[in-house]
Amino acid sequence: MTAYEQVLQARAPRPYSTRTLIAGIVSDFQECRGDRVHQDDSAIIGGIGWLDQRPVTVIATTKGETLPERLATHGGCPEPWGYRKALRLMRQAEKFHRPIITLIDTPGAYPGKEAEANGQAAAIADLLLAVSTLQTPLVAVIVGEGGSGGALALACGDEVWMAAQSMYAILSPEGFASILFKDVTKAEAAAALMGLTPKELLANQVVERVLPEAGRQFPTMLKTALIPTIARLAAMPTATLLAQRQARFRRY
Amino acid sequence: MLKTSTPAPLDQAVIAKAQALPTGLWLTCPNCHASAYRRRFGAAKVCPQCGYGLRLTAHERIAQLTQQFEQWDQQLPQLPTDFPGYADKRQAAASASGSDESVICGQALIGAHTVALGVMDSHYMMGSLGTVAGERLCRLFERATQARLPVVVVATSGGARMQEGIQSLMQMAKVSQAVAHHAAAGLLYIVVLSDPTMGGVAASFAMQGDIILAEPHSRVGFAGKRVIEATIHAQLPADFQRAEAVQKAGFIDAIVPRSALGAKLAALLALHEGC
Repeated sequence: MTAYEQVLQARAPRPYSTRTLIAGIVSDFQECRGDRVHQDDSAIIGGIGWLDQRPVTVIATTKGETLPERLATHGGCPEPWGYRKALRLMRQAEKFHRPIITLIDTPGAYPGKEAEANGQAAAIADLLLAVSTLQTPLVAVIVGEGGSGGALALACGDEVWMAAQSMYAILSPEGFASILFKDVTKAEAAAALMGLTPKELLANQVVERVLPEAGRQFPTMLKTALIPTIARLAAMPTATLLAQRQARFRRY
Repeated sequence: MLKTSTPAPLDQAVIAKAQALPTGLWLTCPNCHASAYRRRFGAAKVCPQCGYGLRLTAHERIAQLTQQFEQWDQQLPQLPTDFPGYADKRQAAASASGSDESVICGQALIGAHTVALGVMDSHYMMGSLGTVAGERLCRLFERATQARLPVVVVATSGGARMQEGIQSLMQMAKVSQAVAHHAAAGLLYIVVLSDPTMGGVAASFAMQGDIILAEPHSRVGFAGKRVIEATIHAQLPADFQRAEAVQKAGFIDAIVPRSALGAKLAALLALHEGC
């Protein structure tokens, strides 16, 4: 498979919705909405549920299922109030020392007028800063598209995993081609140079694990993989956890 | 009777004289588009009409802002990357900017205050954040944390460096970690946003300061104006993402003319003496 085919696969609709994915990982999911400042962003679903016997916080980007949903989420592109909602729920999880699972499928942060006027850059910067010292475990899973700073904001975990059919890159291949080759149609060539496939990212130690393709069984498989990892991270003394997280990002 | 005027044939001597005239005596301000005699921009390179500061190289900025400067971490290995044309681009950037990377870091004296200073350079590959720039900034914060020094970063950047791919993106997280630990030690961090500060740099350390200053009319934001216009199919106002609008939206503490920047930093540093 070429790198660009990998991109197309990452963008293709999943056989499960974001809510089905969440329901497959945690039971009795209690959604929490809003950033407590401005408004709620439907591009990010957040809440609390049971991962096996343990309460966890789940924060997921979503592209939506129906047309109105897809329009409201801008195809899965969060706005600043979405990132602030994520930060609020991370602080809430930290308070109760509840592990956090982020599920990422976003082309990137939404490039909109309102988003800019409400501090898109500052919202992402705040998340990056907060996660650096967040006193609770965080496992990030890129399940589809992992695009740019908008994905990174939710992907600064103690571990970062990718689904086999996903991608993670500095920018979309189209954006990359338009900047470097001044030609948006060269996306295919760009994708080949970007190192965006799970295989390359695993080799470059950007991610810890690639989850095999599992179709409709993916949520169950992910849950099975998450249980022991979350248990191990949650059992660590906080100082050790933070030192390890710092070392993880210091190596780049 | 109708008079027809034919242009006088140009004298070769006149042509020669015109060609001998020095060029570049006049500058058009990129912000207000007014033309002014170059000398009127002064050594600080500020538009006499609107107060916009022309983009400075890191060396020019350091000379303007500090009384003393000692560079840190000059020799850092470049990431081995075979991205086509990247090595040539870096070489061209080095001669355009006089800098060896998009940021120069070191210990500086501003007024009577010793600070750890990072100055970005838009003349070097648009100030883009790559692995060497990220490592320099990360070490700047680490050394400042150890030595208990405040950090001042003069930011200007188009964002993360495309040629280094995902490794550039990771620099945002790496530098943010270092900022967080400097902050946890109770130390002061001041950012000066200069034109332009965009993308991954704005979405990380440039927006993480305790105090965020900006030069007049600097463009500050995440997505590029043209990208947004193409997304929303509408034209954006001229002041979109300009520091004045961003300040009104609540993200900048103060907009400081270039001539007053040193004094402003000194005043803020004095208020945090020992922080």
